[in-house]
Amino acid sequence: MASNVLPRSVQRLIDEFARLPGIGPKSAARLTFYLLRAAGDQALDLSAALHDLKEKTTLCSNCFNITEQDPCAICLDDNRQRELLCVVEEPLDVVALERSRAYKGLYHVLHGAISPVEGIGPEDLKIEELMNRLQHGDFGEVIIATNATLEGDATTLYLQRRLAGIEGLRLTRLARGLSVGGDLEYTDDITLTRALEGRQSL
Amino acid sequence: MPRERTYRTEAIVLRRSDFGEADRLLTLFSREYGKVRAIAKGARKPQSRKTGHVELFMRTRFLVAEGRNLDIVTQAEMVEGYNRLRDDLVRTTYASYAVELLDRFTADEDRNPQLYDLLSDTLRSLANTDNMLLAARFYELHLLSLLGYRPQLFKCVSCGEGIEEQDQYYSAELGGLLCPNCRQADLKAHEISGAAVKVLRFLQTRQWQAAQNLRLRRELHTELEEVMYYYLTYILERNLKSADFLQRLRREARLFATEVARGPTTAIEDRPQPDSDQEIEYE
Ligand SMILES: [Zn+2]
Ligand SMILES: [Zn+2]
Repeated sequence: MASNVLPRSVQRLIDEFARLPGIGPKSAARLTFYLLRAAGDQALDLSAALHDLKEKTTLCSNCFNITEQDPCAICLDDNRQRELLCVVEEPLDVVALERSRAYKGLYHVLHGAISPVEGIGPEDLKIEELMNRLQHGDFGEVIIATNATLEGDATTLYLQRRLAGIEGLRLTRLARGLSVGGDLEYTDDITLTRALEGRQSL
Repeated sequence: MPRERTYRTEAIVLRRSDFGEADRLLTLFSREYGKVRAIAKGARKPQSRKTGHVELFMRTRFLVAEGRNLDIVTQAEMVEGYNRLRDDLVRTTYASYAVELLDRFTADEDRNPQLYDLLSDTLRSLANTDNMLLAARFYELHLLSLLGYRPQLFKCVSCGEGIEEQDQYYSAELGGLLCPNCRQADLKAHEISGAAVKVLRFLQTRQWQAAQNLRLRRELHTELEEVMYYYLTYILERNLKSADFLQRLRREARLFATEVARGPTTAIEDRPQPDSDQEIEYE
């Protein structure tokens, strides 16, 4: 698309969309023209939502989840199991765990995972903040719920070493096993190995 | 080699990034076609058939369809997962280093089957060896040879005279050893000990099978690591993230497994052996 043909304001939005992950120049142009033609206040609503996203949200100073009030609603909720802490990589992981309704404890969001290839080390994550919380809090168990990726595993290995010295703290990780709806025959070796290791008695 | 619309290849996953809703964009080093990029659709979902087969450092058989912009992975079947690389942070870091080095040194679609075999052999040795430092030096030297940067370790790179196995200088700019008489040819050349020259020659001219049992003092390992890093970063004109990461891990040395086996130093080392504890501890 020849950029000099389009008004600057249109081209600017196309360029902004194109910077988003997973959006190429064609999708960016399609979204822009959709908004240009969209009925009523749709574009302005989007603009207001984007504005609030940055203006109204902050990180909870306790668990580092995104929130509009600090501390966040989960940290303030007295009905949650306060001796249980689940460590996750991203705020979206909290959303996934909450959706399951299977977990009733507190969270700690690391905001990433250790990655030697990308040069992301422990000090780039909320790990010192986690140590602080554990030393001052009254937690009985920490569940490490990182992604089942190389970076997630690296983060777990690191945390395992760091947290090993804390007395009276039980350290667990999510079981690695077969996914729901998956055939055994298509399951990869590493998942099978871990599923065997984590087998349960019937 | 012109590629078919759909092609089959064996490849190692060098890098991957999230793409779209649940896809991953993979950077593969393929035995048949060199470095290629392809989308693995749905590979972030645990229930996808591809997910466990396209993780970092895996050696996998791919079926790839050429797309208009990006190629698409249509099938993926892991051949070798190098599982132990995932169980130890130091091993993970060394594997990251091997992969980063290859990624930096190669351009897209540069076919190099020998380099492919070297990488897969190296990932295997890094997964199994008790001497990661040695495996890394072996890899660097052989990678450089395969890419046309083979360090000259036998003749002076300035005057061409044969080099004795004694203290010398290493010139990154000239790509090898400088004899003491020619030191002026590159004032930035690094000092290198006779023992280090001996080890580099040994590693450069041997297969891993023969080289893997070498045991060296910690200081000699440090010297070798420094001289190789000086040469590699000179060629690449940049630092390597995973090497910097390793340095950061070492600052927390007591937390992590050592990179070298405990045991007496042997073979090539000609100086008296220090007591074995000192030579492998970081501090
Ligand atoms: Zn909170
Ligand atoms: Zn000379």
